[in-house]
Amino acid sequence: MSTPSTLAIEATGLVKSFGETRAVDGVDLAVRSGSVYGVLGPNGAGKTTTIRMLATLLRPDAGEARVLGHDIVRDADAVRSAVSLTGQLASVDEDLTGRENLILLGRLLGLGRSRAKDRADELLDAFGLTEAAGRLVKNYSGGMRRRLDISASIVVQPQLMFLDEPTTGLDPRSRNQVWDIIRAMQAGGTTILLCTQYLDEADQLADGIAVIDHGKVIAEGTPGQLKASVGSGALHVRLLDPDQRPEAERILSRELGSVHLEADPAALSASCADPDRAVEGIAELSRSGIRIADFSLGQPSLDEVFMALTGHAADDQSHENGATPEEERVA
Amino acid sequence: MSTPTTRPQTAPDADAAAVAKALATGERPPRPGAASAALTFGWRGMLKIKHVPEQLIDVTITPVLFTLLFTYMYGGAIAGSTGEYLQFILPGTLVMSVLFTTVYSGVALNTDMTKGVVDRFRSLPIWPAAPLVGAVVGDSVRYVLAGTVVVIVGVILGYSPEGGVDGVIMAMALVVLFAFGLAWAFTTVGLLMRSPNAVMNTGFMALFPLLFISNAFVPPETLPSAIEAFVNVNPFSHLVTAARGLMDGNAEMGDILLVLGEAAVLTAVFAPLTMRLYRTRA
Repeated sequence: MSTPSTLAIEATGLVKSFGETRAVDGVDLAVRSGSVYGVLGPNGAGKTTTIRMLATLLRPDAGEARVLGHDIVRDADAVRSAVSLTGQLASVDEDLTGRENLILLGRLLGLGRSRAKDRADELLDAFGLTEAAGRLVKNYSGGMRRRLDISASIVVQPQLMFLDEPTTGLDPRSRNQVWDIIRAMQAGGTTILLCTQYLDEADQLADGIAVIDHGKVIAEGTPGQLKASVGSGALHVRLLDPDQRPEAERILSRELGSVHLEADPAALSASCADPDRAVEGIAELSRSGIRIADFSLGQPSLDEVFMALTGHAADDQSHENGATPEEERVA
Repeated sequence: MSTPTTRPQTAPDADAAAVAKALATGERPPRPGAASAALTFGWRGMLKIKHVPEQLIDVTITPVLFTLLFTYMYGGAIAGSTGEYLQFILPGTLVMSVLFTTVYSGVALNTDMTKGVVDRFRSLPIWPAAPLVGAVVGDSVRYVLAGTVVVIVGVILGYSPEGGVDGVIMAMALVVLFAFGLAWAFTTVGLLMRSPNAVMNTGFMALFPLLFISNAFVPPETLPSAIEAFVNVNPFSHLVTAARGLMDGNAEMGDILLVLGEAAVLTAVFAPLTMRLYRTRA
């Protein structure tokens, strides 16, 4: 059944349409065992649909995938035995207490009655939820809900875990906690497929990243490779006076080449590999009477990667969402 | 991979070290059997009742109101006396109360489907029908409760079952069994409709004519012949006839078998349909 392979996920040409919308349009993925793999894309790009196919919740219209060596269609049951899913909507029962949720899952995963209770208490303790154990989940904060959600996914340790936007809607502190948990899980040997629309999240956690847009993988590699593919660096400049931006844009494109106007009306950036030339550019701005609030030279952000790859910013595409069930939910 | 940064930890936080420890159980329990998984989902239903007992109000108050209303409003007019009419309609109100409760199974499933927890259930290595079978089995508590309330109110008002306690219990069992079959029809509706309200409306719109154009409240001989013909083929009439027979102590085996057959047909048609919709709905 299972082939010896160091790949936890191998997908080729996955396609899924909802009516007229091709939510996933030929996705290939290769995820190494033991890695954290980021699937990065804006809302409606097809991330959730891809995850749902891999987790055997949706049948692909075309293409094939093997998860831990098991075919997701022919061998769905074997896949389900080895993976767990933390969906985008919190995958816990709001009308039960945190403890009851974990006991329920323990029982469904085959733990005996008393073992399920012990395991629930163990996890509540590890995830800092002991105090809230007896409260109904609907009264939990977003961060607590996420922690419960993730702990529910490891009642029995999965070999592979699907995490769909685990930090959407969380405050920075809760987000850091979830990141720590993800790192701890990886250290424990679990392969993680992480869907996210946050570029820094993929950058922080993932060993490999697939950038997906309109149902297609448009780039793949390590965070470093993706950044390198856009150019080695960028000069970011913010002006005191937004009215001077057109002029600054003209000067920087002459001095440095391709210039990108940021969402901030006073900010722009230019791709630039050489610090000396960046200094030249800044000096030239200054000589032309353009007043600069601040500037920095750095690696391109994944935002810029996205811009370079797709020609549009990694912003919300939900207006073309069609039937993809990726509506954002702020907890 | 980078090590977690150390930052001051306060008590209600997740602790990475503890998480790592909790992960490292390596435990792989055998997957639960179909019955065990379904019962666990039945338990889930019980827990929900425990947390929100108010949700039982509709299955307890409504039957009381119906029984009182029918007995005292229409009893004199239809049967000449409230006492005699009560004797006639109590099996009918029992059937009505329990069958109305089955709509709830569809409403609950519809509500469930909008939540992420269904994705988790569907991604578990369990008998795929377990969440549905468990929920319907758990709902039988509501059916029995609704039925019991009707019988108790009836007895308080002066109803005396000729068929004795045994007859009442058997009638109740038959009605609950039929309710199981019917519940599958409403779980199907629950998966087809967009909102819990739509399920509720569809359910009641389907139930009202079937319940009122039956022999539950009036003897069919008094009806125009076209309607009488419908009443006689209406499965709800068959259920009322069998339940009335059991409670009156003069049940005919044929009537009971007919009801069991109809319950089986409902289950055979709608349970697989529900399953299919549950598996394929995105």
